[in-house]
Amino acid sequence: MPGKVIVITSGKGGVGKTTATANIGTALALLGHKVCLVDADIGLRNLDVVMGLENRIVYDLVEVIEGACKLRSALIKDKRTDNLYLLPAAQTREKDAISPEQMKALTQELVQEFEYVLMDSPAGIEHGFRNAIAGADEAIIVTTPEVSAVRDADRIIGLLEAYELYEPKLVINRIRPDMIKRGDMMNIQDVREILAIPLLGVIPDDQTIVVATNKGEPAIFNPKSKAGMAYKNIARRVKGEDVPFMALEQNGLVDKFKRMIPLPFSRRNSN
Amino acid sequence: MFDFLTRLFSKEESSRQRAKDRLRLVLVQDRAIISPNLMEQMRVELLDVVSKYMEIDERNLEFNLERDDEAIALVASIPIRRLKRPGPGSLQ
Repeated sequence: MPGKVIVITSGKGGVGKTTATANIGTALALLGHKVCLVDADIGLRNLDVVMGLENRIVYDLVEVIEGACKLRSALIKDKRTDNLYLLPAAQTREKDAISPEQMKALTQELVQEFEYVLMDSPAGIEHGFRNAIAGADEAIIVTTPEVSAVRDADRIIGLLEAYELYEPKLVINRIRPDMIKRGDMMNIQDVREILAIPLLGVIPDDQTIVVATNKGEPAIFNPKSKAGMAYKNIARRVKGEDVPFMALEQNGLVDKFKRMIPLPFSRRNSN
Repeated sequence: MFDFLTRLFSKEESSRQRAKDRLRLVLVQDRAIISPNLMEQMRVELLDVVSKYMEIDERNLEFNLERDDEAIALVASIPIRRLKRPGPGSLQ
């Protein structure tokens, strides 16, 4: 049975697409699946450094598509995890070096070999984005609880529909429970209400992600990383398992107190 | 806790609520954006249907998306020259 192509996208840059791709992909491979990560961000490749594989690149995605090398020789085997491979983006080419049709053909070749093909999409909604979604069966949208990121995510949901990719799943990244508690950050429910797509996972804002990226080692290898734990859960949900959501917004004493008396600033919640 | 108390006694709206309200508004507008191509295509198709039944004055036609803060409407004003009399087979 051919595998599944999942595109990880966001619209806005810098919300954590590449980190999400690296972690979800590694977690799926650790669960025993054969996984290929594809960096579709041509000209701005980064998945290789997040994975710590930047020194092993010989050929890239564009060279495979142009027939300059075999697909097999461009795939880089991960250094820590069996069953995990990376197809790096070209760094010195333009995004229009390939077409959506060529990308689709490539993914069709990849799913013969892999159970999951995770496509790390570039930011934006132009050519690179259309390439990244061309062969996708499913989409994961990464956002943060900020106005600009949620707005772009909404736009992406509309565009995916136009390209017949329905029911994308949502990952809300960089949640800060302390700020949510103070009423200074939109909470998970707020973002879900606005975007109205199924929630795949919630990632806390976590310093271990920065450290992991510094080392080129996905955070899921760090047993103390809460973000890593959240990504492991997401991987299991991608497989179709029913995994309960981590409690990020603790219901402390303050919250209980708040519910008892109507606060001035919660009056507008009813709309 | 101090933070919480100041909030309790102030009327200031939380920035979370501000974010949500602003997002709602901006998305109403974002979601209403239709490309000029699509508008034109819709106009041509609509005229096609209407002209089957009526002779219309295309030069004075109005066809626009109008929006206020909360809602969006497609407003079309189509001046009619005369109604077509349905002859035998004319509606096929």
